Amino acid sequence: MSPRLRWRKFVSGFMLTMTGVCALVAVSVLFLILGYLVYHGGTSINWNFFTKLPVPVGETGGGMANAILGSGKLLLLATLFGVPIGFLGAIYLAEFSSSTTAFVVRYAADLLNGVPSIVIGIFAFSLVVHPFKHFSTLAGGFALGLMMIPITLRSTEEFLRAVPRALREAAMALGASKWKTIATVIVPAAYRGILTAILLAFARVAGETAPLLFTALGNQFWSPGWQQPTASLPVMIYTYALAPYDDWHRQAWAAGLVLLGLILIINIVARAILSRGIAVPRT
Amino acid sequence: MTVKIPPIATSTAARDTSAALSMRMTISKVNFFYGPKQTLFDINMGIATNKVTSLIGPSGCGKSTLLRTLNRMHEAVRGARLEGEILLDGQNILTQDVTAHRRRVGMVFQRPNPFPKSIFDNVAYGLRINGSKTPLSEAVEKSLRHSALWDEVKDHLHKSAYELSGGQQQRLCIARALAVEPEVLLLDEPCSALDPISTAKIEELLVQLKDLCTIVTVTHNMQQAARISDFTAFLLTGQLIEFSPTPQLFTTPGDPRTEAYITGRFG
Repeated sequence: MSPRLRWRKFVSGFMLTMTGVCALVAVSVLFLILGYLVYHGGTSINWNFFTKLPVPVGETGGGMANAILGSGKLLLLATLFGVPIGFLGAIYLAEFSSSTTAFVVRYAADLLNGVPSIVIGIFAFSLVVHPFKHFSTLAGGFALGLMMIPITLRSTEEFLRAVPRALREAAMALGASKWKTIATVIVPAAYRGILTAILLAFARVAGETAPLLFTALGNQFWSPGWQQPTASLPVMIYTYALAPYDDWHRQAWAAGLVLLGLILIINIVARAILSRGIAVPRT
Repeated sequence: MTVKIPPIATSTAARDTSAALSMRMTISKVNFFYGPKQTLFDINMGIATNKVTSLIGPSGCGKSTLLRTLNRMHEAVRGARLEGEILLDGQNILTQDVTAHRRRVGMVFQRPNPFPKSIFDNVAYGLRINGSKTPLSEAVEKSLRHSALWDEVKDHLHKSAYELSGGQQQRLCIARALAVEPEVLLLDEPCSALDPISTAKIEELLVQLKDLCTIVTVTHNMQQAARISDFTAFLLTGQLIEFSPTPQLFTTPGDPRTEAYITGRFG
């Protein structure tokens, strides 16, 4: 074998090995994070964590019940606000996909998706917090909802457009109006994809911290109703991690584990739903 | 190359017969354009009530385009423009409400396109969206019987339509179209995606269905047109070359181009 050929074989083998190594590194980061969280926070996950309020430093037995509930309320608000807008907007885009307005809407949604979450936080602050002169769950939900809009919109649009044109024609040929076709044929055919889009948007905003810093702020206690500032898991992690107390650090790890666990479960469920298939007739 | 538009060779026999028959639909002076390009030139013909009319011709001759104008499906295409008149029972269909019109003139497509719903919900779809008051299960059974599918699916009405074979799915689409009791049923190459056995079943079905409604089919398969239709229209590059009773068109065609096509010299 000539030296040149030997060199080429070496380069080829080396590069392919490198691609494998890098792929492995990318995947192992996830497992490293998971491992860290389990190691540091696993022991702190107990019944108290889910049911008790934070206790003064020095005492044990505190938990993050208010943060868990707070995150739940914020995400509920975000979903109620962001999903309908994203969903109906997606229907518009899927139906009028080649008009200039559609192009602008799509582009704007992509830009909104790229806006840094802290900027969304400031925006929500000036719109909802400042005029009412207090931080609130509503403001936090609003900020997170804004972030859910572009994700829901673009993904739902893709799934609506993936529904075969033949189904649309069949409905039209039976005398269905455009809206009836969408509501009774297209959306049901795409429901798996739409559900997945919503779940993924939910998972994405579940862990957002920056927008909550200026809107929901935080709370050491329960926050009944929607007008008061509320604790949330991501902000608790932030607060506890920066503090000098070991007990709080352990709790922060536990919160991180819970949050990541939630997001992983949602992602896996979303994939499972989607793998059952999108509506395509067998021919 | 200059394009001559020759006079339409409609045989006297066809004219006589069509005078005696009632015309469910009349197509007069129809010209069709996709944007600047004209694809149908001065089409004039009648669709006889309770008969099977076939449109035949080589690829691209405009037969599917013509079929789609009959239930105004061309309106879904941007840039499509129709000039002329199409009458259904004497009324110009182009001025009616389009969704109401499509309930009177139904369509079955080339590739079966059942909805991803159960067999029952597929057939009941048209009835449900029209807010029909008739009891659904009776109407569904009736349609499935008419499309010769009832015996095969009567115990499985709530299974997904996608579990049916291709031929069964196409019969399901026919049942779905029949459920709203249209006056005219349009079929765009209904058997081209099916195997010969399913094709034979559907051809048999179409001949029986003409008692229920008027049938217009587009077919690439001349033998099929010869087998099932009462009247045949031959189109070539957007023009109606000949329109006669089927036996006559296939045995003694009036126009040399018709003869060239049916003897396979081109197509």
